[in-house]
Formats: sequence, structure tokens, C-alpha cells
Amino acid sequence: MTARPTGTNVAATPRDTAGAADRAPRSAAPAASGGRRRLSSNARKRAEIAFFTAPALALLTLFVVVPVVQAVRYSTYKWNGLGPMDDFVGFDNYTQALTDDVFTSAVMHNLVIIVLSILIQLPLGLAIALLLNREIRGRSFLRVVIFMPYVLAEVVAGVVWVLLLQPEGLVDAALDGVGLGGLTQLWLGDPNIALFTVMVVLTWKYLGLAVLLFLAGLQGVPEDVYEAAQLDGASWWQVQRRITIPLLGPTIRTWGFLSMIGSLQLFDMVWILTGGGPANATVTMATYLINQGTDRSLYGYASAVAVILFGISLVLAVVYQFFVLRRDNENAPKPRKVKR
Amino acid sequence: MVRNRALSAVAILATATVLTACGGGGDSDSGSDSGSGTTLTWWHNSNSDPGKGYYEKVAADFEKANPGVNIEISALAHEDMLTRLDAAFQTGDTPDVYMERGGGELASHVEAGLTKDISEDSAEAIEKIGGSVAGWQVDGKTYALPYSVGVVGFWYNKDLFAQAGITAAPTTMAELNDAVAKLKAAGIQPISVGAGDKWPAAHYWYYNAVRECSEDAIEEAATSRDFSDPCFVKAGEDLEAFVATDPFNEGFLATPAQTGPASASGLLATGKVAMELAGHWEPGVMQGLTEDKMGLGDKTGWFPYPAIEGGQGDPTTPLGGGDAWACSAEAPPECTDFINYLLSDEVQIGFAQNDMGLPTNPAATGSVKDPALADLITVRDEAPNVQLYFDTLFGENIGGAMNDEIALVFAGESSAQGIVDATQAAADNE
Repeated sequence: MTARPTGTNVAATPRDTAGAADRAPRSAAPAASGGRRRLSSNARKRAEIAFFTAPALALLTLFVVVPVVQAVRYSTYKWNGLGPMDDFVGFDNYTQALTDDVFTSAVMHNLVIIVLSILIQLPLGLAIALLLNREIRGRSFLRVVIFMPYVLAEVVAGVVWVLLLQPEGLVDAALDGVGLGGLTQLWLGDPNIALFTVMVVLTWKYLGLAVLLFLAGLQGVPEDVYEAAQLDGASWWQVQRRITIPLLGPTIRTWGFLSMIGSLQLFDMVWILTGGGPANATVTMATYLINQGTDRSLYGYASAVAVILFGISLVLAVVYQFFVLRRDNENAPKPRKVKR
Repeated sequence: MVRNRALSAVAILATATVLTACGGGGDSDSGSDSGSGTTLTWWHNSNSDPGKGYYEKVAADFEKANPGVNIEISALAHEDMLTRLDAAFQTGDTPDVYMERGGGELASHVEAGLTKDISEDSAEAIEKIGGSVAGWQVDGKTYALPYSVGVVGFWYNKDLFAQAGITAAPTTMAELNDAVAKLKAAGIQPISVGAGDKWPAAHYWYYNAVRECSEDAIEEAATSRDFSDPCFVKAGEDLEAFVATDPFNEGFLATPAQTGPASASGLLATGKVAMELAGHWEPGVMQGLTEDKMGLGDKTGWFPYPAIEGGQGDPTTPLGGGDAWACSAEAPPECTDFINYLLSDEVQIGFAQNDMGLPTNPAATGSVKDPALADLITVRDEAPNVQLYFDTLFGENIGGAMNDEIALVFAGESSAQGIVDATQAAADNE
């Protein structure tokens, strides 16, 4: 229910400038007799569309389409970034990537992060959002506290966490201080737990986004539904379960999409916390790609990895759109087709 | 020279925008006074005084002696310089005078036609520098003049060694193991290693290979890219045996090399561990990691990597590397004059007096003030040759594969044979 326009009075809002612009010819059309006017208005409309979309399309082509096409081209060569690119190897780079143990474990790590992000952040984010949606003292302060990590620069937050988590760092000292010294671990140094440590930091960092989105979604749940439920004698818990969460569905599904894409492209936090180590325990597709490309100058091979990452993201995004978001898209108000 | 790759990607991310913004700004030489002069662009990494000021003076002196030549200096932070150089090589917009680290990296620049052959124009300087220049030669031609070459060895804390009852620096592996045992018994963490950055861990294997393999075997591997000599597996077995004695600091798999007090260098500087295998940069790095800017101060000791019984390599050969001045292929002829000047007695003596590195010109080696560095120069110059770091020698690709696999051995997830296999696979794929 995120900021869904209320449908009925959209046409009247002055914000809808495209609609306003279209309305004039529409009301004028019946009065006009010939097809010439229609033709010129069509042409004008096309010109308008071209005019307004051209800059965005140009940027999209330059910074998205061209690099993607280039990456596909590079991925079929063996190339170290220097000199001419003349050693065509076909699909060798792809076979090499897909049979590489480190890359396949990177893909696994990305999938684990997707699943864990949703399993951890969804209930936690929902609970906090429901809590912060109530009239409690210090509500705005708590909102700021929860959202703060999301605003912090990734690099800064990462470096601080590295300091906190290092052996005999603040985390260990705090555990010692409360008598839990036995629980101290090599948080980032033990291959068996490093990925979970990274997960904790990621949760801390991105929970704020989930809470913010859910809170925004909660604003969209109409007051009268609650009132009706209360009149029927529903408890607070029943109201949340039967009304709030179902009405929050579209927001949750959109957040799930963002979370999934973010998990697939995860780079900066892992790079700073562990660099993909120890012993490749936290390597992700993106850190693997940088390691192979920038550090080892295998630009052809790294491009193949990038194309695979692109492919996986695309497939997952399309599947998610099709199976999860389709219902939301169908229900969403359609852009009004102007008949002329 | 600060070898710190861990943060290089962060540096890329953090500075990419800034760099692209000022990338084009460097060429704004509007109307030089000296008329139709030549401009040389020079990138170096001495971006703090005294080095920065010294190089400004050197450039000014050269301009005065060569009217019409104008030198444009970019003094960059080390990591920034490497990032910018990488980008410059790919776009072909290289500075005239720049730093080369030799080995496979240089070879790929030469292959791509980016670096000038200076064998003839710098013949005099090459002869004066002597053997050190070998790391910057490809197919018998010289492409850069090394101005600072250092060696790797164990830096140790004399007090902690005394505390553990170690009276003499270890000279063999058995003695090193003995020292590790004594330190542990005294409750002291013996060795810090920045295995999180991989290359500090890899130095152990490189050194084992230098001790186990004859010079010819390494030379053969460097030229034919064939690692089938059994000495390379033996180097790995020695490493496995050493790792099994558990001599390293707690959490070494994630320990960074040089950043922060919990890094390998920081642990040594703050007296948390007794020793670390590192290069000539170590005292400087440690000074930056302690509050009093003294590092370990008088407690600093150094001993070479121990000999390995039965090894075919020369037990005195140090592992090392350095920095050299090169001219880009398109640079004007004055470029070689300038780098020859940079290697002259006069400039190298000043370089040594300012503690900017370990000079290669024999006329300057006596002018190094820091006693620890002066000792290293003796070690370097008395050795039959200095073995270039393998990751530099074999280039980023093979060297990177090697380092990754060696780090896995430290984690107990690969083997002696695994290192050779991964290295050979990367080499076969070149």
C-alpha cells in the first residue's frame, strides 16, 4: 500500500501534469472535424516523448547498455587490459568460471545471504515497524537510531566494525565484561563463522531500510479499517495479523525485491570486513569479480563473471516479478490511457 | 614503499570520482615561459616531506641544468598512484617518468609497448647499479632504473626475545622452531602475519622456495612458466610443517598487513608479538602505528630468513624487491637524461640522507642514516643476488593465484601440491 494513489481523484490533482496537458486536446477533439489535427497532435506527442526521454535514454545507453555489451564482448577474450584484445577464446571464460570452486562457493554465499536477509530482516523489521507505529515515548528518537546505520557510508561503517570485531576488540571486551568471555570468537578470522558475522553486520546496516519502508507502508493503511476492527472487538494482535500485515503485503514484497538485488550485488561491506576471506569463506560474486579483474588483471575472465552475475540477477528479478510482484502490478492503478 | 593492497580497492572506490574529476586537470600548462620547451610529467609516491620537498628541489635543479625542460610533478599517495597508473596504462595516457616494480608486471607493459627501452641511453647508470637491475630487464633489455631495493627478513622485539630466554637470532629452521616454542612457553605470541592480505603469508612460501630451489630452478620457472621442479612442492611441505607448529598470532587469517594497531605490523610495534616477516618498510610502518611515532625504537632487531637443511638454494639469498624509474614509450628523449640524473651519485646521496629508501647507487649506500636500514643494505649487497618477490616476478595473474592458494594452506584448506597446481593452472592459462 505504499503511497498508492487513491485512484478516484487522481485526474483532478494538479500534479498530474501529463494528464493536464493531454486533457486540453481531448476536450477539443470532438469539436474538431478533420484527422489532420489528430495527426499533428500525435506527432506532437511523439516529439514530446522523444524530447523528455532522450536525455535519460542517452545516459542509460551510455552508462548501462554500452558497458553491458562491452562486458559481453570482453568476456569472450583472454585479455589483461593492456594492449590489443586479440585472443578470442569463445566461451572458455564461462566454462572456467562455472567450474571454479571459489566462484561456485561465491554464488552459494550470495544465495545464503539472500535467504538469511529475508528470514532475519523481515520478522525483525516488521516487529520494529509495528512497535514504532504505536504511540510510544521516544518514538522519533528510536526511528532515527534504527535508520542511522543505513545512512552511514558503507566504508566508514565497515571500518568501524572491523575495529569492533578484531581479536580483543570492543565486542570481545564487552562479552568479557558481562561474564560471557567464553563466547568470544575470532569473529572475522574463523572461516566457520565469518559469513554469519558478516550477516549480523549486514542486518544492522540494512534493517533501517526495511523498517522505513514498512513504516511508510503502515501510513497507507486506512484508519477506518482499524476502527471497524476495533468495533468488532479485535485484539491488537488480531488487528496486526488480519489487517495490517496483509495490507502491508505489497510493501513487503517490494522490499523483498530490493533486498534480493542488494544481496546479489553485495560488495563493499564484505570487501572491507573480510575481503572475501578467511579462506574464501565470505567471498561473493562481486568480490570475486573485483579480485579477478582489478587485482589479477584478468579482464576477460572477470567480464565473464560479471555477465554471469548479470544473468543470475536478471533471471531472479524476472522470476520474482512474475511470481511475487505480478499480483501487485495487476492491482496497481494503470497509467491512464488517453483516448483521442 | 608501502605494500598494502587490501585497501587498494577501497581507495579506488573512494577516489575514483575525485580522480576522474581531476584527471584531465593535470595538463593545463598554459604558456610556458621558456618558449618551445619540453615538458616531462613525473609521478612519484613521496607525497610527504622530506621526500616531497626533496624531489621538488631535484626537479628544479634538473630544469636549471637543462634549459627548456619543464618538469611537472604529481606527488601521489602510493595506492592512488598505482590506481592512476593502471588506468593510465589502459588508456595509453601514461606519464613520461613513472615507477615500475619490475618482473611480470613490467613484462606485460613491455609486451604492450608502453615502456621505453633505456639499455643504451642509460648504459652508464645500469653498470653502476649492477646486479639489482636484473629485475627490470626483459629479454636482455633494460626498461627501468631501480632507485631503491630492499629485502625481506624477520623484524623482532629484542626485549621479548630476551624475556623468553632466546640468546641468539635463529639461523636455521630448527632454531626458529625452538624460538617459537620458547616464546610460547613464556606466554608470548611468537609471530604475527597479515594473512588477511595474503602476500605477507605468501612471503613464507617464496622464501622456502628460495631456500629449497636452486637459482637455476627459479630462473627456469620464471622463463618457461613450468613449476614441475619438486623443490616447489618441498617449499610447500616446509610451510605446512611450520604452520602446524601454530606459531602465529590469534586470528591471523583475517589480520591485515599494515593497517591499524591490530595489523601484523601493529602487533609487533605494540609488543603483542615477538616477530614478523616483513620488508625494509617495516620500521617506517611501525612508527606510523604507535602513538609516540617511535615504533619499536631501540628494541627493533632484524635477522634473515633461516636456512633450510638440505635446500639447494643459497642460504644467504634474500627475497626482496624495489622501485625503479621508467620512461613511457612516448616520452621525449630528455626523459632518460632525467632518470639518469635521478640515479646520479648526488641525487641518490640526498635520497639516502632523507631516509627515503635503500639506495642502489653504491656511492650513496654509506649515507643511509637509519642503522636498521644500513644493516639491510649490507645484507643486500653481500648476497649473490636479490630474489624478486614471486608475485611481482610472475605477474599479477600467476602471482595472485599463488598467493590465494598459499593463504589457503595457512587456513589448513590446501596443501603443498595444491599451491603448485594452482600456480601451474594460472600459468598454463596465460
